[in-house]
Amino acid sequence: MNCICKAETQMEKQFAQADVDLHLIDELLAQYSKETGNLITVLQKAQDIYGYLPLSVLQYIADEMGVKRTQVYGVATFYTQFRLTAMGKYIILLCEGTACHVNGSERIATALEEELKVNMGETTEDGLFTLSDAACLGCCSLAPVMMINGQAYGPLTPDKACSIIREIYAHEKLLEEGGVTA
Amino acid sequence: MIIRIGIGSCGIAAGALPVWEAVQEEIADRGMSVELEQTGCIGMCHHEPLLDVIYEDGRSYTFGHVTPEMAREIVQAENPASLEKYLVSSPEKRNSFLDKQLRVALRNCGIIDPESIEDYIKEGGYQALEKIIKENDPEGLIEEIKISGLRGRGGAGFPTWFKWNATRQEKNPDKYVVCNADEGDPGAFMDRSVLEGDPHSLLEGMAIAGYAIGAHTGIIYARAEYPLAVKRAEIAIQQARQKNYLGKNIMGSDFSFDIVIKQGAGAFVCGEETALIASLEGERGMPRLKPPFPSQRGYWQKPTNINNVETFANVPWIIKEGGKAFAAMGTEDSKGTKVFALAGKIKYGGLVEVPMGISLREIIFDVGGGIKDDKQFKAVQLGGPSGGCIPASLMDTPVDYKSINETGAIMGSGGMIVMDETTCMVDLARYFLNFTQKESCGKCVQCRIGTKRMLEILERICRGEGQEGDIELLETLGHQIIDGSLCGLGQSAPNPVLTTIRYFREEYEAHIYDRKCPAHQCKELIKYRIDPDLCKSCGLCAKKCPVDCISGEKKQPYIIDDSKCIKCGSCLEACPTKWSAVVVE
Repeated sequence: MNCICKAETQMEKQFAQADVDLHLIDELLAQYSKETGNLITVLQKAQDIYGYLPLSVLQYIADEMGVKRTQVYGVATFYTQFRLTAMGKYIILLCEGTACHVNGSERIATALEEELKVNMGETTEDGLFTLSDAACLGCCSLAPVMMINGQAYGPLTPDKACSIIREIYAHEKLLEEGGVTA
Repeated sequence: MIIRIGIGSCGIAAGALPVWEAVQEEIADRGMSVELEQTGCIGMCHHEPLLDVIYEDGRSYTFGHVTPEMAREIVQAENPASLEKYLVSSPEKRNSFLDKQLRVALRNCGIIDPESIEDYIKEGGYQALEKIIKENDPEGLIEEIKISGLRGRGGAGFPTWFKWNATRQEKNPDKYVVCNADEGDPGAFMDRSVLEGDPHSLLEGMAIAGYAIGAHTGIIYARAEYPLAVKRAEIAIQQARQKNYLGKNIMGSDFSFDIVIKQGAGAFVCGEETALIASLEGERGMPRLKPPFPSQRGYWQKPTNINNVETFANVPWIIKEGGKAFAAMGTEDSKGTKVFALAGKIKYGGLVEVPMGISLREIIFDVGGGIKDDKQFKAVQLGGPSGGCIPASLMDTPVDYKSINETGAIMGSGGMIVMDETTCMVDLARYFLNFTQKESCGKCVQCRIGTKRMLEILERICRGEGQEGDIELLETLGHQIIDGSLCGLGQSAPNPVLTTIRYFREEYEAHIYDRKCPAHQCKELIKYRIDPDLCKSCGLCAKKCPVDCISGEKKQPYIIDDSKCIKCGSCLEACPTKWSAVVVE
């Protein structure tokens, strides 16, 4: 039982610890847990429910499906779709496809990092924005393009990208203030 | 009158949904007897959102860059065909983008409603399936595919009939047909377009393959980033089941076949057959040694035939029109047509299907309209991260498997990225290697560590810290990775580097020896400066600068603060060309 390599303790540090209701996925597990081949499907659906995959959920899935925890962790870290930390309210997916690259997506990335004061893959301190890249969003004729919560914006310039962020930010601030007065 | 709006991912991204709503509202408000239909992607991505007006006599007018206001104007117009300023294609003046195309795999895309099985049947859908079930001759069917000369459209170009036959020969009665719809090549969206625009052609192709090899289950392994494609494929499966084109005893015969969708979770390596199977089984997508081939031991160790979406989409056409008709298109060793996703510095980007054997020049200049802003054409990249760059001097290379391979590139799945004089080839090689290095599954040492080392060298060169011998080192490493990797990812990862060295060696040398980036792309090697003699102090550059590093006053030349500059080039674009005061050096 005693884990000498302390791998599990190390793992725990990597994950955002959050108290989540594990029973939200009971129905899902009842449907899919019989076959280990469904592991990826289970992780995908669990992520739809929680927004990301907290460590406690991974452990719960491993136990319920009768799969080793290392295997669940291995799969969850292998695929880019799975997120192990909570995301911001607005998820910015900057397309890194070839068409976007030759049309200057790197300049957009630098400008966005500068504007949000985060690096690619990080979330702003206020939890509002997560800046992330995507292999290809498939709207190459709009290159360079980014997608914010499912809405595509393009063709971008560094200046245009920043003003879109500022608009959303201003909108959020208004909401916040509106909330206070109400 | 029918109004048809292209609602694919690219159309939606360009704003097709508000157009749809506007048209719907307008029709309802005016009580018009107009049929409103949705369709997939016709391929003219550069004109999205697209709206077609089809008259009773079959005349079809296509409008491009449609906004909700324009859409209302079109609906209200007495005679929409007269609104010439919005037209992009009409019977009188067909768009040149479509002229050299020959559509087989994309025959229905952008024409039928992908969510209506009736539309597909009206275009002759499921007749091929009916035919082969009636004929009851699976071997003859495989022979027909052999006559057609169809080769896998996913990249490697393996003869389709051979795979089918090998799987058919296996004794195990539990067999699978798998469709690889994990289109991971950045900049390619051919498969998505078929799934979104004509999902039934894929289902029919898979069912025919199932009949040929004796399988009863089909699995579509779809890319997670394609939610709309998955949704449309699901609807199509439901409809096909209701009409008994899928399910038990199809059309009253003793052939049963059903299809399920499994979603990938984002890993480029899962395009490789054995990695894809591992992923289907819920594991990390890591390739294994072949043999045994998937046709012998695949999904859950059962004989499995894997083809990609475009390959399957060709199958119903071949069965209906005959293998000979398909073989009549293309060249000696490459039959039929190929779909390409044309993007990059091209005037008219989008999805094109052309007969094999057509030259690259014809695709880029005649179909794609040439280079954006009439800049100098430099190279075209084929095959994504596994492919290579073909320089402008080889533009008359015909598009067939053999000729493309001879250039060092590969046909690939169909990504075709056009580059102009402002693209840095070293930076492009670095970009692709960064991608493959991240996507390497880590199993083979050469691929895992070799790509990392190559990337570090390329990054160094782009930073202006290249050393003598770097080019040779890249070549050596590249060949070692090709020799020492198990799967296609590693075996092809060095291609973008090796081909750019082969054709653009002088660009590497300029970076290493002169510390210069001839295309002015590598940030560390360039500097933006405002020429005080040319600056008219208009302040446009300062306004556009995203980091506010340009300062100045009226009648005084503006100055860029190098310590804050992120070298994004916004000032260069902002400065009016008649003054051109911002210079890059």
